[in-house]
Amino acid sequence: MITKVTHMCIYVLNQDSAYDFYVNKLGFKVHTDAPMGPDARWLTVTPPEQPELEITLFLVAEGGMFDKETVQTMINLIKKGTFGAAVFTCNNLEATYEELKAKGVVFKKAPTKEFYGYEALFTDDSGNWFSLSQLNS
Amino acid sequence: MGAEQYPKMYLYKRIVDAKLFIDKHYAERIDLSNIADEACFSKFHFIRLFREVYGKTPHNYLTQVRVENAQLLLSKNISVSEVSFLVGFDSSTSFAAIFKKHAGISPSIYQRRQLLKRALHVDKPLTAIPNCFAETFGWKKAISNS
Repeated sequence: MITKVTHMCIYVLNQDSAYDFYVNKLGFKVHTDAPMGPDARWLTVTPPEQPELEITLFLVAEGGMFDKETVQTMINLIKKGTFGAAVFTCNNLEATYEELKAKGVVFKKAPTKEFYGYEALFTDDSGNWFSLSQLNS
Repeated sequence: MGAEQYPKMYLYKRIVDAKLFIDKHYAERIDLSNIADEACFSKFHFIRLFREVYGKTPHNYLTQVRVENAQLLLSKNISVSEVSFLVGFDSSTSFAAIFKKHAGISPSIYQRRQLLKRALHVDKPLTAIPNCFAETFGWKKAISNS
């Protein structure tokens, strides 16, 4: 049986900028930052309290299964804000919202009570959007 | 943004400001009483609210930030004694003890492991990445041929 998720991918438009966003703004930890030959970089980060889950900040660029047309389509969709990439949780949404806003993170939705829990929405530097939730206990 | 929706927002903003102050000034001599004063709280109230939001006291949070920044510097091959000074400890002995308490290993062992990991990634990058990605994106071939 499958036991765990070890890796997930977030497609980004610039890995240096994504590094700054996920590490310096969101407070994630760098797990691996390794060159893959001269033109590619394998960059993974982990949520502060979930060191076993590597989130790959995957550059959308030509190569492998990505041809030129696919890359352009992906870039357009990401910039347009098509992709909801994950749900993050925190212990205190109001404080986390204030902190991330102070660090320049852009929110699409301020903290709001929903049936599911207390939720806000923000976007990363590429255009991917995320739910930031404080779950009902 | 209605006041009823964010009853504690103003309160949290002051706690967040104090946290961001620690994030920025961790390497300096920080007097936590001063931070409480800046945030217009009594020291007791400040510690209680900080712990409510961040799950630890301001002092413990400051220590965590110092240790985490020490880990980054150690990974860059800066000496243990210099790192202890750069992250705000008075002596490398107390730094080593606190680091070990938080990280579970001594600063020098941590540094050795990180440098070995980095060297491995440079020397054998394919050990850092699940094979499916390396193969799908042609990196396995590119690295094998280089």
